[in-house]
Amino acid sequence: MSAMTDDTLPVTPRAVRDEMIVFAAMAVLLGLVPMTGIYPFFVMQALCFALLACAFNLLIGYGGLLSFGHAMFLGTAGYCTAHALKVWGLPPELGILVGVVAAAALSVITGFISIRRQGIYFSMITLALSQLLYFIYLQAPFTHGEDGIQGIPQGYLFGIFNLAQPTVLYYVVLAGFLGGFLLIYRTINSPFGEVLKSIRENEQRAISLGYKTDQYKLLAFILSGTLAGFAGSLKVFVAQNASLTDVHWTMSGEIVLMTLVGGLGTVFGPVVGAFVIIAMQQYLAGFGQWVTVIQGVIFVACVLTFRRGIIGEIAHYLRRSL
Amino acid sequence: MQALYAQLLVGLINGSFYALLSLGLAVIFGMLNIINFAHGALYMMGAFCAYFLLNIAGIGYWPALIIAPIVVGIFGMILERTMLQWLTGLDHLYGLLLTFGIALIVQGVFQNYFGSSGLPYAIPDELRGGVNLGFMFLPIYRGWVVIFSLVVCLATWYLIEKTRLGANLRAATENPTLVRAFGINVPRMITLTYGLGVGLAALAGVLSAPINQVRPLMGADLIIVVFAVVVIGGMGSIMGSIITGFALGVIEGLTKYFYPEASNTVVFVLMVLVLLVKPTGLTGRAA
Repeated sequence: MSAMTDDTLPVTPRAVRDEMIVFAAMAVLLGLVPMTGIYPFFVMQALCFALLACAFNLLIGYGGLLSFGHAMFLGTAGYCTAHALKVWGLPPELGILVGVVAAAALSVITGFISIRRQGIYFSMITLALSQLLYFIYLQAPFTHGEDGIQGIPQGYLFGIFNLAQPTVLYYVVLAGFLGGFLLIYRTINSPFGEVLKSIRENEQRAISLGYKTDQYKLLAFILSGTLAGFAGSLKVFVAQNASLTDVHWTMSGEIVLMTLVGGLGTVFGPVVGAFVIIAMQQYLAGFGQWVTVIQGVIFVACVLTFRRGIIGEIAHYLRRSL
Repeated sequence: MQALYAQLLVGLINGSFYALLSLGLAVIFGMLNIINFAHGALYMMGAFCAYFLLNIAGIGYWPALIIAPIVVGIFGMILERTMLQWLTGLDHLYGLLLTFGIALIVQGVFQNYFGSSGLPYAIPDELRGGVNLGFMFLPIYRGWVVIFSLVVCLATWYLIEKTRLGANLRAATENPTLVRAFGINVPRMITLTYGLGVGLAALAGVLSAPINQVRPLMGADLIIVVFAVVVIGGMGSIMGSIITGFALGVIEGLTKYFYPEASNTVVFVLMVLVLLVKPTGLTGRAA
C-alpha cells in the first residue's frame, strides 16, 4: 500500500477543521442546485453514485481492500426496495429499510467469505460473488430478468413528502447522501478507523499488537456494503427502475473508476469522481460503446500517471488532507 | 446417457479453456505479480485474429493456430513494455486496475466495429464429422480441442518445471535481484513471460472460435469464471491450475446434465465452499 499512502497526513484538529469547511461548502452548493436550473435528475443520480463511491472508498482507501463486486449491494438493495414498493405497496421509508437490511445481510455473508483471503484474491472473490448474484437475479422470477422492475411508485415519505415532485425528491436524496457521507467521515476519524488504517499499512503488526484484524475488516465490509445498499435504495426513487445493469460487473468497475479518478483514500475524492464520470456518461451518451473505451483510457491514464486522483493531487499540492 | 456424455464433453472443452487461461494467469502472476484482467480480452483477440486471417488473408485454421498466438503475444509484449512495466514496486491492485482498463478499451473497440453478435468460424475440413464410440457420438473437432489443450498445458508445465529456461524463470520469480546478478536479463524474461501467458490465452481463443463463435464479449464473462477457478486452485502451482481447470469444467458439465439451472453458478458456489473449508485454496500456498 506504500504508494497510495505516501502523503497520508496525521489527523489533526486543523485537518478536521479544513474538511468540515469543505463539507459545509459542498452541502450549501448542493442545496442551491434546484434554484440554478441545473437538471436535478443528473445531480440526484450523481449523488447516489457519490455515496456509493464513498462507501466503496471506506474499504479500499482506509482498509486497503479492493472490492470488485460492490455492484451486488447496489443491485440487491435496488431490487428489494423496488419489490417492496411495487409489489408489497410499502411506503418509501419501509421500502428503503427493506433494501438496506437486504444489503446488510448480503454484506455479512459475502464479507465473511471474502475476507478469508487478502490482496488480489479478495478482489477476485468479490468479483466472483457478484457474478454469482448476477446469475441468480437473471433467473429469479421477482427481478423480471432482462426487463427489470419498472414503473416503481415513488409515494410519500413519512406520509408527508411527495417524492414524485423533483425538488422534494432532490432534497431527500441530498439528505440521504449527506447523512451517509457524515457517517463514513465519522467512521474514518474514529478509533475504529485508525485501527483500519493500521491494518492497511501493516496487517501483521496490527495483529501482533493484539487487534483481531479479521473482525475489523468484516465490520468495515458490512458498513461499506450496507451504505452502498442505501445508495442503491435511494437510486430506485430517482431512476424508478431496478435492472440487471446495476448488478453487472461493469457497474462494479465504474464504482472503482469513480473513486480512482477522484482519489483513493481521500474524503471528498469519490464525490468529485462520481460527478465527473456521471457527467461524462451523460455527455457522451450518443457515442455508444466509445464510452466504454474512454472509461478504459481513463483507467489506464489514472493508474499510469495520476494515481492520487483529482482531490489527492489538490491535497498533495496544498499539503492538506482532504 | 447420450446426453450425459455430451455434457461431459462440453465440460471437458470448457475445462480446457479454463486450464489454458488459468495457467496463463498463474505464469503471469508468478513473474509480474499482476492479475491480468485483460486475459479475457486477449483470448477474444486470439479468436478475432483467426477470423481476420481467414476472411481477409485467406489463411486457414492450421496456420492461424500458430500465427494468432504469436501476433496477440507480441501485442501483449508491447502492452508490457509500454505500460505494465511501470507498475513494478506498486501495490498489486494497480496492476488489476490497469489491465481492467486495457480490457475495457480492447472490448469496447471490437464492440464498436462488430456489435455484440457472434461471427461464424468454420471447423477445418480435416476435423469435420465425428466418430461413433459405441456409447456416444464424438464430434472430432471437440475431441481435438480437449486433447490438443491437454498437450499444450503439459508442454507448458514441462517448460517451466523441467527445463533450464523454466528454472531461470522460477528463480527470477523467487528473487529477481539475485538472478540479475548472475547475468540473466530479467526484464526481458518478464516481457517474454507475459507474451507466453497472453499467447496461451490467444490459443484458447482460436480453439474456441469454431465452437463458440467469435464475439467481442466472449472473454468478458469467461475471465470472471477463470478468476473463481484461480481462487479455488491457487496460483502457486502450474499443475494445480491445469487439474483444477479441467476438473471444474467437468463438474460444470455434470451440473448442466443434472441441474441445468445451476450450471452458470456452480463454479462460484464451489469457490465459496472451498473458501469456507480451506481458505488458502486447494493447492495450499497463501497469498
